[in-house]
Amino acid sequence: MLGTYFTFPELLIWLPLVAGIAAFFMKNARVVKAWSLIAAVGVVAVSLSGLCYADTSAYPTYNQVSYYWLKYLGNSFHLNLNKTGHLLSLLTALGFLFIFLYSWKEERKKSNHFYGLMLLAQAGIMGVFSAVDALVFYFFWELALIPVYFLCSIWGGEKRIQATFKFFIYTFVGSLLMLTGILYVYYHTQGRIFNDGTQAAHSFALNAFQAANLTPAEQGCLFWLFLAAFGVKMPIFPLHTWQPGAYDQSPTPVTMVLSGIMVKMGLFGLLRWLLPVLPEASAKYADIVIALSIFGIIYASLIALVQDNLKKLVAYSSIAHIGLMSAAIFAKNELSLNGAIVQMFNHGINIIGLWIVIGIIERKTGTKKISELGGLAAKAPALTIFMLVIALANIALPLTNAFVGEFMMFSGLFQYSKWMTAIAGVGIILAAAYTLNMIRNVFYGEVKATVAQITDIQFHEKLVLTIIVLVVLATGVYPQPIIEFISNTPAVQP
Amino acid sequence: MNAIVLTAIWGVLMMFTGAFAQSKTMPKYLAIAGILLAFVANALELYSGAPFFNIDTQQMLRTGNFNLVFIAVSLAATGLLFLLNGRDFEKIGMHVAEYFALIFFIMCGVAIVATFNTLLLLFLGIEIITIPLFILAGAEKRNLKSNEAALKYFLMGSFSTGIMLMGIAFMYGGNPSGSFSLNHMNIGTDGLNLYLTIGMILLLVAMAFKVSAAPFHFWTPDVYDGAPAIITSFMATVVKIAGFFSFVRLFENAFGAVHAEWQVLIVVMIVATLFIGNITAVFQQSVKRMLAYSSIAQAGFMLIALLALNDMAREGLILYSAGYSIATIGIFSVLIRMSDYTIDGFNGLVKSQPLVAVCAAVFLLSLTGIPLTVGFLSKFWMLSAIVETGKHFWLVVFAVIFAAVSAYYYFRVIQAMFFKPENQEPTYIRVSSGYKAMLVFTALLILLLGVMPYLLIDWLYS
Repeated sequence: MLGTYFTFPELLIWLPLVAGIAAFFMKNARVVKAWSLIAAVGVVAVSLSGLCYADTSAYPTYNQVSYYWLKYLGNSFHLNLNKTGHLLSLLTALGFLFIFLYSWKEERKKSNHFYGLMLLAQAGIMGVFSAVDALVFYFFWELALIPVYFLCSIWGGEKRIQATFKFFIYTFVGSLLMLTGILYVYYHTQGRIFNDGTQAAHSFALNAFQAANLTPAEQGCLFWLFLAAFGVKMPIFPLHTWQPGAYDQSPTPVTMVLSGIMVKMGLFGLLRWLLPVLPEASAKYADIVIALSIFGIIYASLIALVQDNLKKLVAYSSIAHIGLMSAAIFAKNELSLNGAIVQMFNHGINIIGLWIVIGIIERKTGTKKISELGGLAAKAPALTIFMLVIALANIALPLTNAFVGEFMMFSGLFQYSKWMTAIAGVGIILAAAYTLNMIRNVFYGEVKATVAQITDIQFHEKLVLTIIVLVVLATGVYPQPIIEFISNTPAVQP
Repeated sequence: MNAIVLTAIWGVLMMFTGAFAQSKTMPKYLAIAGILLAFVANALELYSGAPFFNIDTQQMLRTGNFNLVFIAVSLAATGLLFLLNGRDFEKIGMHVAEYFALIFFIMCGVAIVATFNTLLLLFLGIEIITIPLFILAGAEKRNLKSNEAALKYFLMGSFSTGIMLMGIAFMYGGNPSGSFSLNHMNIGTDGLNLYLTIGMILLLVAMAFKVSAAPFHFWTPDVYDGAPAIITSFMATVVKIAGFFSFVRLFENAFGAVHAEWQVLIVVMIVATLFIGNITAVFQQSVKRMLAYSSIAQAGFMLIALLALNDMAREGLILYSAGYSIATIGIFSVLIRMSDYTIDGFNGLVKSQPLVAVCAAVFLLSLTGIPLTVGFLSKFWMLSAIVETGKHFWLVVFAVIFAAVSAYYYFRVIQAMFFKPENQEPTYIRVSSGYKAMLVFTALLILLLGVMPYLLIDWLYS
């Protein structure tokens, strides 16, 4: 059945898509929540079983599927999950499961629309991770954005409309520039003949893009067009200015999607599209991008150090982490690439955990200002323990998952340039400083008025945080399966 | 051929209906029937290649697939307009049947400019389109702005007609075979002489007037804003795409051989049109006026067909005409039902009319060019047409940046509808379920063409 009727990428897209459309028609909030949770569990199940069949040479039909679409243009609806794609699909699936668990008891208006749009966003993100046709990739790239735009603007904070619109315009300009790049490469590809005999003069397929006939000068221009889209999404300095506002103003579940999952779209785009299609230009400009990324690490960490807003602190800390990953990807040796992929997964888990804790704090105390918080440990000991583990993972302490990824990335980066590694290393120290500072101010010290009345967390929150902490520790103590899963294949793979 | 004859006959028929029929709703049904008839007859001509009316036109008309598909698109757009807004013609004034009759005459003109093969018929077609429009723009007799629009349109229209006529005269005098026919222009063997150059530039200016391309766009905002909204939606869609179609056909057939010499003028026009249309639209507070400027901006994209003149451009022109018309007619039909035309008038529409708001969002997303809507694919087709020529790649980057600017003003309406609280006084008039069904159909059409554009484009090659 699998492989003949269904393939993994299809299931991963259609399942949330259908569930999301169905969710729009459910009136009862509890039914919608249960329905979305079931759908999310289903997606996790599919994604986990997908990992067992991820070897494309052993199971070629399970992971890819292709339909005719605009075939006169040499385009087909072609999906193909590679191993990185499998890992990120698992992250997406797990992320949405955590989000739905976390918001199990949250009351909000029109929850059927909320969950419907969330599931549609999930379908779009899954599409980005599996498309191997440039036009299909662009479709999913934009489609993932639209539901998130509506989610942030409807359910967000006070300044949601401006903040979200800034985010939308940044991303839209970036994607349109990528579209012009796609068109340019497209007209330099070879023709394609489909099985039914249709001939197209050019092709949108990823492998045709890789074989495109481009001069170094053309590659140089195209590089920046593509980087505009990926750089905004990640975001790397100086394209990051939309991010703190958008993270701050979005409702917490959507912030988790944005920061845990959607930033990986940008990194994934680098791995699957930018580096393979424009290898010469990526090597030529690697220094500039790495320098920007590392500058971003230091810059964002310094801002995080003086932030009073918890949400913005995590937002800036995320810019710093993503900066390290993009630097590692552009260093482009095996160690750094594998490290970046491992870290993409781990960062997603950690930051979703951080947002869950912050979301709980904000809901219980009604504030996200660090200066108004203090002494939470006395009132909510369970929450504090979970937060400690996740925060230690955020500063990449050994035995947590992030250590594995960061260690590999730093070793890889060290082979590329010692100086840059040294500067990036300062970022780790700064991360420890702002994270521990935040922990001290929020959880310890005297009990402030805002905290005095609160109670500890509930069962569903304990459940989701327990799962996250278990994942953090398990992949930290025994990371071998993930590394082996990734490293058997070339990291920059079509 | 079928469409020309049938729309002309039906126009006369509609005029008599006005004199004899008492019922107020009958003209509407008759008009829908007429458009349907013309559409089917045109489709049969496209399918079989033989018209019902076998008239020897002395090669003054050319009825290839490209022409007939375009007529089908414009008839379908008009039919959609009638189905969505048929009853709103009653709001303009008393003479409902006459309004329909004038629109049928315009459709006859559209069918002529879509098939002309001599400059004489081009002139005739353009005049048949514009003269009834002068009347329709001023149809709201007691509204000062409508009168102003009619007068302005009349003055500017006759001015550009004069220029066009002069251009045609120069063309006649300048071409060696002394003919109005596009078949005998014979330009290209020895390039352009002085008369032909003057004639070409005059024709370029006149056509730019008709399609409101910058810097000849100044009449557009006032006329579109002043005319009754339903007439504006007709002018901004069917009439405008007909203008583009004749523009492209004229310059492709008459001056195709010297394409390189006038290309630079088109580039300048595209840049100016995109820039002026988009930047001015950003500052509008009235949605109607914003849509007027946005129609100028969209014209900038359609002009790309004239720059590229390849197969992608021809397909793109048809797709753009269809996508732009459907979305604009849809958003105008929502606008007509508002009592307040400002952006604030749309505040919180999703709460009182969720279905209407969602459909309006689809139209606006299509005009912006978001994937899954036909608006994206039509922009995509146009941009690929430029890239395919291998020149002017910077223009593609320029165009997409202005597409992002357009997102700014289209999304302001979406923001008002979805994210802002409702107004104190309701600004939306109740709508029938029939209208809602039509609106959903229109939105689905946009999504359908946005996924399967070859449903339309294949007809060009069958």
